[in-house]
Amino acid sequence: MDLTNIYASLPADLVATFSMVLVALVALALVVWDAFRNNAPGIPWAGVVALGVAIVWELFALGDAPGTAWYGMVRTGGFAAFVNIVVLIGALLSIILSVPYLREIRHAHGEVYAIILFATVGMMLLGTANNLVAVFVGLETMSISLYILTGLVREDEGATESALKYFLLGAFSTGFFLYGIALLYGATGTMDLARMSEGLAAGENLVMFWAGVGLLLVGFLFKVSAAPFHMWTPDVYQGAPTTLTAYMSTATKAATFASLILVLYAALPPERWTMVLAVIAVLTMVVGNVLAIAQQNVKRMLAYSSIAHAGYVLVGLAAGTPAGYAGALFYLLVYSIMNIGAFGVMALLEWDGKEGQTQTLNSLAGIGPRKPLLGATMVVFMFALVGFPPLGGFWGKVAVFAPAVEAGLTWLVIVGVLASAVSAYYYLRVLYVFWMRSPEDEPEAAAVQDRVFAVPVTSAAVLIVCVVLLLYFGVRPGGILETTASFFAGPGASMALLP
Amino acid sequence: MDAALLVQLILLLPLAGAVFNGILPLFLPALRTREPLIGAVATAVVAIPFVLVLILFLGYEPGQPVIVDFFPWIVAGDLEVHFAYRIDELSLVMGLIVTGVGALIHLYAVGYMHGDSGFWRFFAYLNLFIFAMLNLVLGDNMVVLFLGWEGVGVCSYLLIGFWYTNLKNSAAANKAFIVNRIGDFAFLVAMFLLFRELGGLDFTTITEGGGAIPEATLNWIVLLLFIGATGKSAQIPLFVWLPDAMAGPTPVSALIHAATMVTSGLYLLARLSPVVLAAPDIMVVIAVVAALTAIMAASIAIAQNDIKKVLAYSTVSQLGYMFMAAGVGAFFVAIFHVMTHAFFKACLFLGSGSVIHAMHHVEHEVEHKTGKHIDPQDMRTMGGLKKYMPATSRTYFIAMLAIAGIPPLAGFFSKDEILFKAFEYGYDGHAYAWFVWIVGLLTAVLTAFYMARSYYLTFEGEERWPLADQVHPHESPWTMTVPLWVLAGLSVVGGFLGLPGVIAHGEWNLIHHWLGEPYGGPVAEPVLAPHGEGFLAIEWGLILLGAGIAFAGWLFARAKYRTDGLAYDAHLRAKLGGLYRAWEGKYYWDELYDRLVVRPLMRFSERGLAAFDRYVVDGAVNGVAALTAGISRGLRYMQTGIVQNYALAIVFGALLVISLILFA
Amino acid sequence: MLTDFVPLFLMMALALGLALSLLKLHQLLGPKRPNLIKTAAYESGMDPIGTARERYSVKFYLVAMIFIVFDVEVVFLYPWAVSFRDFLAADAGLGVMMVVSFFILVLGIGLLYDIKKGGLEFE
Repeated sequence: MDLTNIYASLPADLVATFSMVLVALVALALVVWDAFRNNAPGIPWAGVVALGVAIVWELFALGDAPGTAWYGMVRTGGFAAFVNIVVLIGALLSIILSVPYLREIRHAHGEVYAIILFATVGMMLLGTANNLVAVFVGLETMSISLYILTGLVREDEGATESALKYFLLGAFSTGFFLYGIALLYGATGTMDLARMSEGLAAGENLVMFWAGVGLLLVGFLFKVSAAPFHMWTPDVYQGAPTTLTAYMSTATKAATFASLILVLYAALPPERWTMVLAVIAVLTMVVGNVLAIAQQNVKRMLAYSSIAHAGYVLVGLAAGTPAGYAGALFYLLVYSIMNIGAFGVMALLEWDGKEGQTQTLNSLAGIGPRKPLLGATMVVFMFALVGFPPLGGFWGKVAVFAPAVEAGLTWLVIVGVLASAVSAYYYLRVLYVFWMRSPEDEPEAAAVQDRVFAVPVTSAAVLIVCVVLLLYFGVRPGGILETTASFFAGPGASMALLP
Repeated sequence: MDAALLVQLILLLPLAGAVFNGILPLFLPALRTREPLIGAVATAVVAIPFVLVLILFLGYEPGQPVIVDFFPWIVAGDLEVHFAYRIDELSLVMGLIVTGVGALIHLYAVGYMHGDSGFWRFFAYLNLFIFAMLNLVLGDNMVVLFLGWEGVGVCSYLLIGFWYTNLKNSAAANKAFIVNRIGDFAFLVAMFLLFRELGGLDFTTITEGGGAIPEATLNWIVLLLFIGATGKSAQIPLFVWLPDAMAGPTPVSALIHAATMVTSGLYLLARLSPVVLAAPDIMVVIAVVAALTAIMAASIAIAQNDIKKVLAYSTVSQLGYMFMAAGVGAFFVAIFHVMTHAFFKACLFLGSGSVIHAMHHVEHEVEHKTGKHIDPQDMRTMGGLKKYMPATSRTYFIAMLAIAGIPPLAGFFSKDEILFKAFEYGYDGHAYAWFVWIVGLLTAVLTAFYMARSYYLTFEGEERWPLADQVHPHESPWTMTVPLWVLAGLSVVGGFLGLPGVIAHGEWNLIHHWLGEPYGGPVAEPVLAPHGEGFLAIEWGLILLGAGIAFAGWLFARAKYRTDGLAYDAHLRAKLGGLYRAWEGKYYWDELYDRLVVRPLMRFSERGLAAFDRYVVDGAVNGVAALTAGISRGLRYMQTGIVQNYALAIVFGALLVISLILFA
Repeated sequence: MLTDFVPLFLMMALALGLALSLLKLHQLLGPKRPNLIKTAAYESGMDPIGTARERYSVKFYLVAMIFIVFDVEVVFLYPWAVSFRDFLAADAGLGVMMVVSFFILVLGIGLLYDIKKGGLEFE
């Protein structure tokens, strides 16, 4: 092996993945900072600054041509920049929401922010990985950080339970994932996504290859909580601290879906997996939406709703066309914003002292008129989640459903649109309870009457930013959709992503 | 003034009104009780757009639609949708109805809602509704139309549940919303299919290219559009929400659930009339469903005692008429009936609101004096109100005659034209149109009968509420009676816009000349074979028949209900037996849906899927408790407990995925 | 390609079969004369007293985990050390030194954090 000039590309690689490196270094620095100044109040804000710088850096990289860095391990260019931006925004907004929230539940440890940053690095690696090894490293970095965050409130049984459950099942699904990687490597002789289809053409191990693809899909589908791999989701989302749930339910999905898109788009011929994804999408949308109806706990309801949303994204992927992938990316961005907003509102309305695990929707009867800001922003988030025009959620749905119709999956879209019609019921029920019930109707709501919910300026600012973004996505979605489409455009379709 | 600015003002004024009335008082509680200010602003932001639409209308060059393109909403790949609005014959007519009737109803509501603690909220919703409705009728593409379509749905939801402290009202609101969402799904899928076939969603592309879509796909598209329309416009099988929607304040029923929103399905079909015409098979479906809806709702209305319920079923029935017209290709007549119906049905609803307003007063007095409770909407405790409420009773009478189809009032012309078109279409060789025509005639008799019944039960005969000699209702204030008179006046003259073909060979049918495609308008119509010599006589005969059955229905009801209506109701019930009970029970649609859809879904969610879920969760909690108690026992719990189930699901899922990949 | 693994599978089957059959044979053929001492759990000659499922202090796990981390680190460093000469020969010594230093630095930060938070203090 020729080792000459092996480090020649180091400076260029550092620049190309500057944001990831920056976030990783700041995360390490935060660990040291916390070691010497326990729970220093500046820690989260240092993280916020790092994430902000990273976002700005990535914004400038949105138009870059696709390429790779670190010996073909990591993808760079527009697609990577977009995925990183979604993940970084998710982390940024969640951290700002977390600062007052974690103080409220008396778990304002400095390490939390370092772990969020570590998870973010893992997600960035996962979302931009160009090699199955890098995919795996990213996935695990992200997952292990999330296990810790889930069990943050360790004296609480529910939180411990969900963390343990998440960990056990996560490890289980990782087994599938690794096995899939092994089979794919065995069949194609490469880990490099871009060379995988070449390797397949050379080799003859079709059964081994497709079995590997199936196992790989299982790993991905577990992480995005698609049915029937979704069962951990409600427990974990309910048990974890609310603002961290906001982070988990958005950035994780964005990164994992991005990685799945890359694997599907760059490495796999679509003829076989379209049907799988369509079937899983149907299951996911139906299970998510139907089960959400019966939930009394808002966090649990939102967990099922996030399952349903994974189903919508899968509809876009099942289309198997560049337009479908572009739509899915757009959807992930919009979904992240609206979900963080919804969880953010719920975090500010928590009164049970158990991270909202025992809090019913009815106990928040009539909160809207008393907290107009929270009530009004929740209206926007719920309508966006339903997919009402002119909010971003509407265009998200159009962007994933329209390509599926064009790809001939009309039946799938019919299921999807019907499922989202059902979703109106439980989203609007939130608004109904917030605005149209009065606390006197609900005995449970009496307990809330005595509690004063202080809305910190920073949290209010985050919610307002989310609302403004959703309105912007709704009124001017063209530019962003155009950008996401450009990642998959150009001559030679799938080659556009290759170095 | 140029069109772009006018359209901007027309759209943004109601929105500004909604913000002023809705957002400001939220943060400035002092504003909430300033009723004159809020009422004036709310009415003005609808009345001014009416004037502006009128200006557009007067300056409009027929046959030259103006498309006001504000900015590209979305341009991505093939998908190109603009925030664009279309000013043409059809949208101007609809715009005039929405803003004109809307302004009158706003004025009326100022009086009606006086003293309500949610006064500001009410007008915010109402303004928002006007904004959404204008988007619906003025939009130049399916997406802007859909924006309005969903928007009016939300406002309808908010307004039905306006008095939300009553649980029944919010249930009605939810029902309306969910049923509408089912229609919306069909609309969305139709939109996706249109986009796939045509690559564009603006109306020019759709109406010009729609006919070239392969027939099978086109049939699906039109059917889905019709399903969407059945949701909004309350046709079988999705009409069930509209009668319940009467839980909202009466001005809302008049504006949204009679005059404007419920007609948007008709507007949609008329707007896409060239596409609908290219799918004759689906037109049969539309016409037959419409005919069944019309007669079903009309028969239910006979057996209702709640004055608003009668009007609600009447609305469903009249919408059925409009869809009948659409089903035989006479879209312009449908729009004509939309217009006349807006006049007389709004008048009837506002009249009923005035009655309810007065009866509320009676209810309070009676309750104060005797402790007995009466329902202010129940016609059985009304009667003889004519003496106390001259303006209301006269306007209600006029509007009643109009809807019954007594010449020369508005309803006569539009309804007669629908029946004539059905007849003509059948004469042209489309057998199903005969069925529609006959059902239409039957419905016309029933309509005249039940509407006259509602008038005589309410305004004539003896006074049936308790303590009738001591407690007297009062006429409503001028803000409520002025709109009544205006609408009654329009119900008298509105029909002259569409004089039938026997007069000057249809040259004076202004609405046809304005909307019809042969005259340069946007609403297409089928080409029929020329009629023979004797057809003029047939036409006269049909007109006489139509007038005759209207008179017959009215005079029969007058004879039976004028003096002692309740006795005749009892007589009917005894004589018709099961049929009458079916009418009273509204043909048991609600029960059917409850059995077939609602309960199975809830059971599925709560018991089927969630049982597993809950079992699993409980198991998990126990698992952790044990874990903290002792490691070994805890571990055993974790292994035999729930995580295993989850893992099992993952294994099954993995098998599913792999077998689908390998064998599908 | 799969056929290449046949000898491996054979080997595994053989090993498994031999182990199992030997166990079974011993059970079938061996004499069984149990007494109290024989049936007692083997505790290196100590008397077995109390339950075997005792709780350990959580500190034990902490130390064990830190040990594992550095143990694995060494596994990574061996191949690096072996091929370091090749890197030197290719004039890439500085680069590879930097990379490995960063690797150790990250672990060092972890250890530093652990010490500062009192992870290695026993009371």
